[in-house]
Amino acid sequence: MELKAENISFSYNKKRQILKDVSLSVNNNQIIGLIGDSGSGKSTLCKILAGYISHYSGNVTIDGNKIPDKDYYPVQLIFQHPEKTMNPKWKMEKVLNEAWTPTQELKDTFGLKDSWLTRWPSELSGGELQRFSIIRALNPKTKFIIADEISTMLDAVTQVQIWDALIKHAKANNIGILAVSHDPELLEVICDDILHFNEINKL
Amino acid sequence: MNKTPWYNKGLFSSLNLRQKTLLTIGLTGLVLLIIFISGTLINGNLPTDFSIKMQAPSFSHPFGTDWMGRDMLIRTLKGLSLSIMIGLGASIISSIIATILAFVASFNKYCDEFVSWLIDLFASIPHILLIMMISIALGKGAFGVTMAVAFSHWVNLTRVLRAEVLQINTSEYVNLSRKFGKSKLWIARQHILPLVLSQIFVGTLLVFPHAIMHESSVTFLGFGLSPHEPAIGIILSESMTYLAMGAWWLAFFPGIALLIVVLLFDIIGENLKRLVDPSEANN
Repeated sequence: MELKAENISFSYNKKRQILKDVSLSVNNNQIIGLIGDSGSGKSTLCKILAGYISHYSGNVTIDGNKIPDKDYYPVQLIFQHPEKTMNPKWKMEKVLNEAWTPTQELKDTFGLKDSWLTRWPSELSGGELQRFSIIRALNPKTKFIIADEISTMLDAVTQVQIWDALIKHAKANNIGILAVSHDPELLEVICDDILHFNEINKL
Repeated sequence: MNKTPWYNKGLFSSLNLRQKTLLTIGLTGLVLLIIFISGTLINGNLPTDFSIKMQAPSFSHPFGTDWMGRDMLIRTLKGLSLSIMIGLGASIISSIIATILAFVASFNKYCDEFVSWLIDLFASIPHILLIMMISIALGKGAFGVTMAVAFSHWVNLTRVLRAEVLQINTSEYVNLSRKFGKSKLWIARQHILPLVLSQIFVGTLLVFPHAIMHESSVTFLGFGLSPHEPAIGIILSESMTYLAMGAWWLAFFPGIALLIVVLLFDIIGENLKRLVDPSEANN
């Protein structure tokens, strides 16, 4: 299975174009790294791949087919700030089970404690919340994960723990990952291949 | 210099601001409940006794008596409880209308434009005129007045809720929920409703004083409740005839009582707003 983006162009307003003829592809047994400067349009590209932005030109396909928009979206985006992706009036148990019911085993590999489930999102730290948002996105229907700087705000130990669990699960279930980061050392360790955003964006 | 803030002086100085807010809400609510219950328990069909007609306030009749010898305190209490009941019905109905319209507005662009147009339309007609027209169209009486007040007071709350729902709809967790394949209805019920619930409660309570005032004024003008019901508006309009004869207590006490009830509701609403929205507490 292959997630393919062809000739993606996009601009928020007429004055400045953000993306021009960006093409990339991710296989479902691959982890691809994407590195680039702040404000260059990495997050915009991520949103286009995950279906959050619809008015772009170009094609995003899985095995040559357009991705249906109505049902569960097989390309899931994990955001940089987990606290923004959770309803502040929901208990963590409801947040975790919104997309699917994760197995106990998966919760254990991510080090998710049962005592967190009865709390509100504001009562947990960023690292704890990020585990929830990653597990939430690992629904069996997910074929590709776009990880938009998911570990930037975490300490080194937590980063290793989270990436380790995520990669193990992705390899076992044939989920492709596009990992976006500022950190070349991190991508060097986890990725099969690294793309440089300035090179694929033909501005 | 003495730097103790005002809220840390006096009788309840040991309580914090939150406890004091709760205490205020509890006490005002209790007063209103007592007025309401005593009004419903009293038999409103007072016997007419012309031997004590038009008496100024005294210990046996604290609010005086009217031209048929009826005790004004009892009539006022009865009228207030009727006003509270109508106000309660009207504010609940208007909040339901506001909530439904706010969610309809979030459905798509055309629905949003329609709701905005409806808001502008109703906001451009003077309240009292609208209430009179709807009340007459629905056959006056308690039902007509309740509906009239309800259908004219949803505008402000709808405007607030619509903006709130629009903002929540652009949040990351709602976008994410859509990508999880959740339906619009599911998102509205599970994501948005819990977030606007506190706004709806406060909005309902803040409509209350308006509802009571408008009910009384439309009744005073003769387009509301029928004359045999002891509403404050009826009492006030009847007293007009006797004011020139020096019977000031017929209008003064019922008027003051109405004002106090309205202010009590306003106090509850404002304090509740502080509790659910602490960022507004210093305004």
